[in-house]
Amino acid sequence: MLRFVPIITIAFMIGPVSAGLIGTLLPAFGILPALGGTEPGLDPWAALFAQPGIWQSVRLSLVNGLIASFVSVAIVMLFCAAWQGTRIFRAMQRILSPILAVPHATAAFGLAFLIAPSGWIARVIAQFAGWDRPPDMAIIHDPLGIAMIAGLVAKEIPFLFLMTLAALPQADTDRTAQITATLGYGRVAGWFKATLPRIYPQIRLPVLAVLAYSTSVVDVAIILGPTTPAPLAVRILGWLSDPDLALRFMASSAAILQLLVVVVAIGIWGAGERIIALAGGQIAANGQRFRHDGGMRAGSAVLAGLSAGALILGLVVLLIWSIAGFWGFPDIMPRSFSLRLWQREYDAIGSSLVTTLLIAVPTVVIAIALVLGCLEHETRSRHKPGRGAIWLIYLPLIVPQISFMFGLQVFFTLIGLERTLISVVLSHLVFVLPYVFLSLSDPFRTLDPRYGQTALCLGVSTMRVFWHVRLPLLTRAVLTAMAVGLAVTVGQYLPTLLIGAGRFATVTTEAVALASGGDRRMIGIYGLLQMVLPFAGFACALLIPAILFRHRRGMNAQNRG
Amino acid sequence: MRSRMRAFVSALALATGIATASVSLPAYADPAPDVGNWQSVLDQARGQTVYWHAWGGEPRINDYIAWAGDQVFERYGVKVVQVKLTDTADAVTKVLSEKTAGVNDGGAVDMIWINGENFAAMKRNELLFGPWVEETPNFEYVDVEGKPTVVNDFTVPTDGLEAPWGMAQVSFYYDTAKLDNVPKSAQALLEWLAKNPGRFTYPQPPNYMGSTFLKQILTELVKDPKVLQQPADEVDAKAVLEPLWGYLEDLQPLLWRNGQAYPQNGAAMRTLLGDNEIDIAFSFSSGEVSSAIEAFELPDTVRSYVFDNGTLGNTNFVAIPYNASAKAGAVVLADFLMSPEAQLRKQDPQYWGADTVLAMDKLPADMQEAFANLDLGIASLAPAERGTVLPEPHPSWMELVETEWQKHYGVVQ
Repeated sequence: MLRFVPIITIAFMIGPVSAGLIGTLLPAFGILPALGGTEPGLDPWAALFAQPGIWQSVRLSLVNGLIASFVSVAIVMLFCAAWQGTRIFRAMQRILSPILAVPHATAAFGLAFLIAPSGWIARVIAQFAGWDRPPDMAIIHDPLGIAMIAGLVAKEIPFLFLMTLAALPQADTDRTAQITATLGYGRVAGWFKATLPRIYPQIRLPVLAVLAYSTSVVDVAIILGPTTPAPLAVRILGWLSDPDLALRFMASSAAILQLLVVVVAIGIWGAGERIIALAGGQIAANGQRFRHDGGMRAGSAVLAGLSAGALILGLVVLLIWSIAGFWGFPDIMPRSFSLRLWQREYDAIGSSLVTTLLIAVPTVVIAIALVLGCLEHETRSRHKPGRGAIWLIYLPLIVPQISFMFGLQVFFTLIGLERTLISVVLSHLVFVLPYVFLSLSDPFRTLDPRYGQTALCLGVSTMRVFWHVRLPLLTRAVLTAMAVGLAVTVGQYLPTLLIGAGRFATVTTEAVALASGGDRRMIGIYGLLQMVLPFAGFACALLIPAILFRHRRGMNAQNRG
Repeated sequence: MRSRMRAFVSALALATGIATASVSLPAYADPAPDVGNWQSVLDQARGQTVYWHAWGGEPRINDYIAWAGDQVFERYGVKVVQVKLTDTADAVTKVLSEKTAGVNDGGAVDMIWINGENFAAMKRNELLFGPWVEETPNFEYVDVEGKPTVVNDFTVPTDGLEAPWGMAQVSFYYDTAKLDNVPKSAQALLEWLAKNPGRFTYPQPPNYMGSTFLKQILTELVKDPKVLQQPADEVDAKAVLEPLWGYLEDLQPLLWRNGQAYPQNGAAMRTLLGDNEIDIAFSFSSGEVSSAIEAFELPDTVRSYVFDNGTLGNTNFVAIPYNASAKAGAVVLADFLMSPEAQLRKQDPQYWGADTVLAMDKLPADMQEAFANLDLGIASLAPAERGTVLPEPHPSWMELVETEWQKHYGVVQ
């Protein structure tokens, strides 16, 4: 029975993914009969490369994505190295985990209002400098995309941090740290030399997901990124929503180009990994202790604190906006407050939360069951999945969603499932499965096999080993994976709208539609509402293990990290 | 390796199995309603659910749509569900994907709020149902003579494929607490901006509002505006556009952020005015400005005005896709939206504040009075204050201007 699980999982991916890709590839080469495209050709590509600034857009996507990912990873690794096992580390863990529930767009809006020339920080300065007008400076939408990088970094740090936390217990970090300290290594150096090589392989896939996301991001880029020209993914969105339907051909070839950009980014990252591994091997063995790392430790805490602080302040600002009367520059606080909009949305909120759960619960349950099934099968058969299968699972994370949607829609319409709950759940699974797999596979694979072997030797069935040994040991990882899955399904806009054909009004479809009106109050209200479910999910992932294992010190250590 | 291959093949088989098993589900076919026989339309509509795909960014408009849905349900038993979009193109994409999949009946989209290029594209690709509009009962009140755009959408004849729903006209707005004299022509705007650099911008084309600004300038600067009513490829387009590029050459460096960044849409431009980053903005409806004041997005000292030589105006519509599932229901809804009662409420800024498509002199006396008694809102322009309505150029000009703008100013790095 179990051996069919990987096949079913892959079937859930193959249909939609290949349909999505075909639906993009064919128009990219001129074939889309509904628009009269019947002859294959390279015209869409010629049109694409004739677009002004196309290479700048590509460069922005590639370079900024790489920088944002590198900075996020560096800060997270540095912070873990500097503070793991301390009180500051646990404090950060408590602060960052809930931040993961903040949708990207909400975080970006909050950050934008914080740092914009008419934003909160500028308003504080204005009080002293006597400005009555905001300075005309490109702090957000800056041509180099620095604001966009900052937004991405602030949002990716919590994700990578949580993924690292899930990996830490498997690396026996406490004892490693003791040994490196005994040998006289500075905290950071000891961690980088002895622990990092064991942690990094475990978080590698999440890191690549961050990289793929950063190189193809749309919402953060629209809110914070450059506009002349915009990064490639933003321009694709523009072409796809252009009234001139003929642009769909070029948009499809641009989507393929975007896919190539992501692949190239991953290639560059992989090369960087190798270089660092080589150099790191030398440095690890050269015996230098780097004992005085106080500055570096402080720096890492400041950076991590800054990113968390910016996000939290941004949220506070959005909360204030959601109840604000008119709030002009340079006022630090609104002139009046009003609960009117909250009241107005009150009725709609309940039903959209229910619809969201109606989709999220089956999606997450199916996803976690399939992923656990795959991993358990892998463990029992000692048969690792091939590279092809892995890539297949991660494809939905790499192909920009917007370009993928058309094919996906056609697919679900063809199989006659469009507009049903089943099809919405299936389409969400395409995006949820990879993330659940991503968060769970490494903790599962690195779980010490001797626990299971011991149980087997004591004469227990393999089924019991799974239910009574492996699953309890992995409680924290499983719950985290479910919370990540929940956050992903709650955040889905395009699949819910397009595959559900508007029959499913979730918190996110409402939020995104209302946000298009540009009123920060509505953005604040729905941004906060979008957080409710993921937040509850992550809270459960933290609290349930703490309660379950309150009398088990060893499990606590396992689960606390 | 072999076992992996086998797994792959069985997965593929499973996927196609699911596909073929469900392809046989019959699609529900909705026969085209006979609009000439109104009673038969009403009979056919009763019990249908109309999924109306409409931009959902404005709570007031969503409330109005919900109200219209309630009315139509009470009177004709037609249920209305608004599918809130961020972009009309999403609905177009939906219909397109259904056509690609061969779903020519029982489609997901029953009605779309639409105009301009989106309409032209759907009409050109035969994605619309009709003609049906001119046979609906309430069409007799529509001001076809006084407002020619109700049957000519950006110069493209509507041919009864879309029903007029509201009028729109460009108006500018500013904060009277900060500005005394406002520029009322393209040339005056340039001179004003030279004294107040950085205090004006426009949404980045090809955004609809941004392109509208360029068309407004073009219409004002071109020697003979009539030439813009013809397709661009039938005239010497280069010569026609020359004054526009000359103007922009002076304007661009004076813009907000020196033209290095732009707001992405009209709403973002409004936020900039609220944040005091710019002094003058514009919109397609002065009622929208009143609404924004009421929603605290703008200070209550903001007022609207138009250029001396007129501003561009157009009409927005509702259309029914060729494969809609509830065509009769959609026709009944569209007819209700054109009724004096629905149009009156629509023009009332308390509910929305958008201009009617109806002709006052065609209405019954009590309705004329009700329209005359409307309080239009503090930043709204009464019909008499609106000056000349300039016709929209042919859509081909918009495409040409957008493409050329992108080449000139879309890449500044």
